[in-house]
Amino acid sequence: MQAIAEIDPLAAPHARPHGAARETHDGAGTFWRKYVFSTDHKVIGIQYAITGLCFLFFGFLLMTMMRWQIAKPGEPIPIFGPLLQAVLGDTAAKGIMSPDLYNSFGAMHGTIMVFLAIVPLAFGAFANLIVPLQIGAPDMAFPRVNMASYQAYFVGGVIMLASFIIPGGAAQAGWTSYPPLATVVATDGQTYWIIGMVFLITSSLLGAVNVIATVIQLRAPGLHWFRLPFFVWAQFVTAFLLLLAFPPLESAAVMQLMDKVAHTSFFLPAGLAVAGPDGHVSGGGNPLLWQHLFWFLAHPEVYVLILPAMGIVCEIVANNTRKPVWGYKSLVYALLILGFLSFIVWAHHMYLTGMGTKISTFFQTTTIIISIPSVIILTCLFLSLWGGSIRFNTPMLFALGFLPMFGIGGLTGLPLGFATSDIHLHDTYYVIGHFHYVVAPGTIFALFAGIYYWFPKFTGRMMNEFWGKVHFWLSLIFMNLIFQPMLFQGMAGMLRRMADGGANYSAARVPDAVGGLSNYIMQMNTMISYAVWMLGLAQVPFILNFFYSMWKGPKAPSDNPWQATTLEWQTPTPPPHGNFLTAPAVFRGPYEYSVPGHAQDFTPQNQPDRPATT
Amino acid sequence: MHAAMEIPYVSTPRPDTGLYNAKIGIWLFLASEVMLFGGLFSAYILLRVGAPDGTWPEGWLNIPVGTTNTVVLITSSITTVMAWASCKMKQFGRFKLFHGLTLLLAMTFVGIKSYEYHDKFTHYEAKLNDQLVLADGKTVFGNLVANTNGVVLFSVSTGQPGEYEATPAKYAQAQVAKIVPGQIVDGHLVERAADHITLSGHTVAEHAELMNMRSAAARHIQHSEITLVPAQLRSIETYGPWHNTYLAIYFTLTGLHALHVLGGALVIGYLWGPGSKLWQTDPERFTNRVEISGLFWHFVDLVWIFLFPVLYLL
Ligand code: HEM
Ligand SMILES: [Cu+2]
Repeated sequence: MQAIAEIDPLAAPHARPHGAARETHDGAGTFWRKYVFSTDHKVIGIQYAITGLCFLFFGFLLMTMMRWQIAKPGEPIPIFGPLLQAVLGDTAAKGIMSPDLYNSFGAMHGTIMVFLAIVPLAFGAFANLIVPLQIGAPDMAFPRVNMASYQAYFVGGVIMLASFIIPGGAAQAGWTSYPPLATVVATDGQTYWIIGMVFLITSSLLGAVNVIATVIQLRAPGLHWFRLPFFVWAQFVTAFLLLLAFPPLESAAVMQLMDKVAHTSFFLPAGLAVAGPDGHVSGGGNPLLWQHLFWFLAHPEVYVLILPAMGIVCEIVANNTRKPVWGYKSLVYALLILGFLSFIVWAHHMYLTGMGTKISTFFQTTTIIISIPSVIILTCLFLSLWGGSIRFNTPMLFALGFLPMFGIGGLTGLPLGFATSDIHLHDTYYVIGHFHYVVAPGTIFALFAGIYYWFPKFTGRMMNEFWGKVHFWLSLIFMNLIFQPMLFQGMAGMLRRMADGGANYSAARVPDAVGGLSNYIMQMNTMISYAVWMLGLAQVPFILNFFYSMWKGPKAPSDNPWQATTLEWQTPTPPPHGNFLTAPAVFRGPYEYSVPGHAQDFTPQNQPDRPATT
Repeated sequence: MHAAMEIPYVSTPRPDTGLYNAKIGIWLFLASEVMLFGGLFSAYILLRVGAPDGTWPEGWLNIPVGTTNTVVLITSSITTVMAWASCKMKQFGRFKLFHGLTLLLAMTFVGIKSYEYHDKFTHYEAKLNDQLVLADGKTVFGNLVANTNGVVLFSVSTGQPGEYEATPAKYAQAQVAKIVPGQIVDGHLVERAADHITLSGHTVAEHAELMNMRSAAARHIQHSEITLVPAQLRSIETYGPWHNTYLAIYFTLTGLHALHVLGGALVIGYLWGPGSKLWQTDPERFTNRVEISGLFWHFVDLVWIFLFPVLYLL
């Protein structure tokens, strides 16, 4: 037990790797081996983080331009308009986004945000960076597979980006790629999309295998299942979702690829006529088949977007309330049930396809059942705040922001879960508002929380608190100004995916139309767009803070600046290759904060019951 | 000075799970593979159940050939197990023998499969134009547009398959000796040139007659060589994936499976060849690798065990 006392954070504020110990293996290699083709989970995690943040920015950039087109249909986009025209040519003639281009940008905003930004950040980056550390492992179980996972992601991303500049531009059929539209658009964007997706699916598969195997095999001695931090549980379940839900989309993608290039008609019904009968189509296919396979992935996918976020928030809430999370076991069981149920709710996205009321009834039932474990998790996290002496630092603010935002996202989902109310709301901005509450002020806030929280572990420096708080409050305000009006626009009947922001259906244009969109509803478009651009500006403090702190921020006072209990804080800062100086052993649960009778208000998991005598 | 922590359980099992890392890895990978093929199998079911009566082909594949391939794959699974057992018994020579056999069988499978593919890609369904035999003995190919009031409207082939003169030709009834409606010639390619194509097959009146090749009638089909000129053709298409939904799913499923066979063969080939050097330095780890690749191979085999009845027999 001598070893443990040696790395006790209180005994020595900064554990130091012994001399060249950190330069073992490929750590000693060249720049390429060290930063590009590294097999170290931390380097790969950072690669995921940087690439993912770039894509997040890019996906947002697309939206800033789309919002201009919605707010001011037919007017040239300032600054970016001429740029678009220069790069993309006629589809942005005079700096005005054509409807085709709007469709491309919309489809790619969705695709990029989901598959290239949030999943790689929430799962690729955070699971890679934190899971091995939290379970006391030297690395992931399969380091080279891990590297391949990032590379597949990178190639997938490049293919998606390349599709913007090919003739005809990127995919136009939405992130959902429904046929017949996806198949009959004559350009190659969709083919790029499919091939890009195959790479991304491969990447997820490799990552998922790795995370699951790592958690099962590499837990430190004593770290049995119910001592795992909730974050690890969340990533574990997420990995299963990725592992099992993605392959059916891959089979669907293969079939769509066949439809595009081999002129099969898996998804095209017989007798389909699009601008004249198509001689190449043999017919006999079923467009609903695609929707089933797509949503079989895409519903679990939304849990892939949210579960890691919940994991992050849970860690930060426990740490900053200085008490154990409320209902750890309920959290874990709810998570497992959620993971399981997420596989049998998919057709709630298809109530309006005419798949039949019996099937709808089944999926309504499962959908409403799945809300129970979600509510349990949220409730546990809320109750954890009760009676805590809360430290309102930046990570905690973002975590606290997450709770009500995710709450709104979840509650606005209930009317979509019932076929009756979904008839009215389906395909409107209400849906956009609903799921963005989950993924934008929800997941993204949790990601920010995680970045502010774990930043000192990997850089040895703290981020600036003041600018962190500015970042939080501005983001919170603008996020709500963006997504709340969308709920009302949707209820008023404004459809999504409209290049003119609904102007065509406005009461202003067709005064005596029934249900025309009122001026009031239409004016929200402009307000939302301004809020989107302001939200963009609100990220400037974050970006500056991030880079400034990386080089110039105040040094973290110790290896464990937040005085946390979990294992990632019991390593040197930054953790060397191989992470721990000596193999850690675990003696207690993850959240032993404020245990009565202990000297400090936190007891690290690797602290033996009777502290080693020195 | 000590080195950093090493990844544990790379080749020895972890006591509480009883597994070494790669074994968990391959099981997880196979779970995802089950979902991948599961997606395609469910597509098969949905498409087949949804197909209108008489549009889903039966008996289009050669059962003896498929059976042979099934036997080949099952045998290769056995040799795979033997190869692994040989490693366990420290008999490297026997390992080489058995995995050599596995490789050979894998290649046999791919060979037979390519033969079957080739058979489909040289199998044509040619839809023929209507035929107008004129009183003066001349024959015109094209589409009969109308035959009323003593006037025959006929859109005449340009001489290219599926292409017709812009305006239909008009014939008086008296000029026309006979109207032969377009039939279908179905058969294998004998010869193809710019000005003709020769198929060895038979002629039917309706596409639907080609659907059930297991029927009694189908078994008595007489094949003969039929030569067609481009002007005779309304359309001509091979039995590729584009031909109909059954062939689409057939090619997709077996193609994906064949890729798995090739991938597996590549890994086994590596372990048999350059990768077998590991036997000298770390026999335990090498044996594990053989086991892992074997598990994958059994999976590939298993998929075929499902594919064979579904595509050939049902
Ligand atoms: C915070 C910044 C964001 C803003 C302002 C924003 C805004 C929007 C808007 C206005 C639409 C509707 C476009 C239309 O229907 O024409 C949209 C669609 C969408 N967004 Fe976002 N979004 C943001 C972040 C995200 C994130 C983080 C995700 C994913 C995790 C995401 C995923 C999607 C998806 C999947 C669609 C549907 C695309 C389609 O119609 O196929 N968005 N977004
Ligand atoms: Cu869903």
